[in-house]
Amino acid sequence: MSFNNLDQLYRSVIMDHYKNPRNKGALEENSVTIDMNNPTCGDRIHLTLKLNDGIVEDAKFDGEGCSISMSSASMMTQIVKGKKLDEALELADIFSKMMLGEDFDDEKYDLGDVEALQGVAKFPARIKCATLAWKAMEKGVNNENK
Amino acid sequence: MIPKEIKSYFPILNQEVNGHPLVYLDSAATSQKPIQVIEAVSNYYNLDNSNVHRGVHTLGNRATDSYEGAREKVRKFINASSTQEVIFTRGTTTALNTVASGYGRQNVKEGDEIVITYMEHHSNIIPWQQLAKEKGAVLKYLNLEPDGTISLEKVREIITPKTKIVSMMYVSNVLGTINPIKEIARIAHENGAIMVADLAQAAPHLKIDVQDLDVDFAGFSGHKMCAPTGIGVLYGKKALLEEMEPVEFGGEMIDFVGLEESTWKELPWKFEGGTPIIAGAIGLGAAIDFLEEIGLDNIAAHEHKLAGYAMDQLDTIDGLQIFGPRDPMKRCGLVTFNLDDVHPHDVATVLDMSGIAVRAGHHCAQPLMKWLQVSATARASFYMYNDEADIDRLVAGLRSAKEYFGDVF
Repeated sequence: MSFNNLDQLYRSVIMDHYKNPRNKGALEENSVTIDMNNPTCGDRIHLTLKLNDGIVEDAKFDGEGCSISMSSASMMTQIVKGKKLDEALELADIFSKMMLGEDFDDEKYDLGDVEALQGVAKFPARIKCATLAWKAMEKGVNNENK
Repeated sequence: MIPKEIKSYFPILNQEVNGHPLVYLDSAATSQKPIQVIEAVSNYYNLDNSNVHRGVHTLGNRATDSYEGAREKVRKFINASSTQEVIFTRGTTTALNTVASGYGRQNVKEGDEIVITYMEHHSNIIPWQQLAKEKGAVLKYLNLEPDGTISLEKVREIITPKTKIVSMMYVSNVLGTINPIKEIARIAHENGAIMVADLAQAAPHLKIDVQDLDVDFAGFSGHKMCAPTGIGVLYGKKALLEEMEPVEFGGEMIDFVGLEESTWKELPWKFEGGTPIIAGAIGLGAAIDFLEEIGLDNIAAHEHKLAGYAMDQLDTIDGLQIFGPRDPMKRCGLVTFNLDDVHPHDVATVLDMSGIAVRAGHHCAQPLMKWLQVSATARASFYMYNDEADIDRLVAGLRSAKEYFGDVF
């Protein structure tokens, strides 16, 4: 059986992040903790962020979920590290637009591995898997930004 | 025997999904609807649509006759002793919530016990959890045997004279297990408790006799048994329903309204506030006619056979784990499984690309997922319109999923 359309969803870079997640674990000191789950499917993420002087200094995640949700979490932690808080929020917004198939500014940031997730937009049932980690990050940063 | 032309009654099955003929293996979530049910609903809207129990006009009479006729069909279908014991609801969830907030609130006190099991659907957990919290009662969970069945010995231990309510599913939506609720009802009664049965996964597949099971309340949903969504049934023994206060007020359930005090209609309408789900009830009546024509015994036998075949075939896939009892006679037509290293959502997406619809997730049974020590599972569920060829397609799809994920890793 050939699965050409599946290849749009499961790019090798996604599988690499799933099998070898970056920033897996939990930060212990001075960190913001966000627990979020996807009530329809049981995916869950435990995200810890170290926010200092308006910058995301470090990020780690733990959780359970499918290849899309876990690879997305891995990529998210990778890209937000070192970003200013409003940049992190802007990235979350760009990611959300990418998932909804809307236009977004692809010049401002080097999205790197995250671009591999673009194909998820064609699988409506899987968009929530991809956005879980980003929603968690947004919540953590927003709480700090108040 | 299931008639050979069975698939032709279900127009939805005759289509391609993602370039492949559809194989629908998600009937435990909701069943497909035969043309007989679709026509009954559309005939009602085309010819008879009107509100019930109100109009003097002819359409109103026709609608009322069809609606109450459906109630009689349900009564016969579950062998209730009277139509006064058959209340139309939105589904199983509403039925169970009505019992918890009606009977439960009136009868459960601080320190009383409510007994459920680890395999329950959220709809048969949360109403009791909320009731226990409100009343200071204790919610007890019956542990399961390693194969996902229930031991009557443990039932005898957990139900005590302090127990006021025992509530349990007849058939598990995840494990497929058929539970001995008749025996459990007897143990509940010996201890002065009432027995509530969640029949959501049982009514579509097994012959139900509420008098023989001797359950005090029961609930089921039309949409899992070929009827439309939005219609379900609460069964209750008349004496208990008589004592129970309504939980929804207004519309259909009213007898006399004064400025300070009002009275309710008699059973079953006392529990049917608002304009009822008329088309849904008529659709449910047509679904019951259809199921009885096929024969519930034939459906059950067909599903035991398919479950056995599916488990044998799935066993040939390396790294595939099946949950629930292995004896096909102890379960209904569904098989829940996990494929090594491939998350159930990914399994479901790969299968979908091959035109095969299965469910992936926690199946509204988070405590059971915890008991099984998994975060999610995949489930293939069967109905009368499935056959061995569908299971062969599933097995081929799972092999490709394994191959696909093996390749990309």
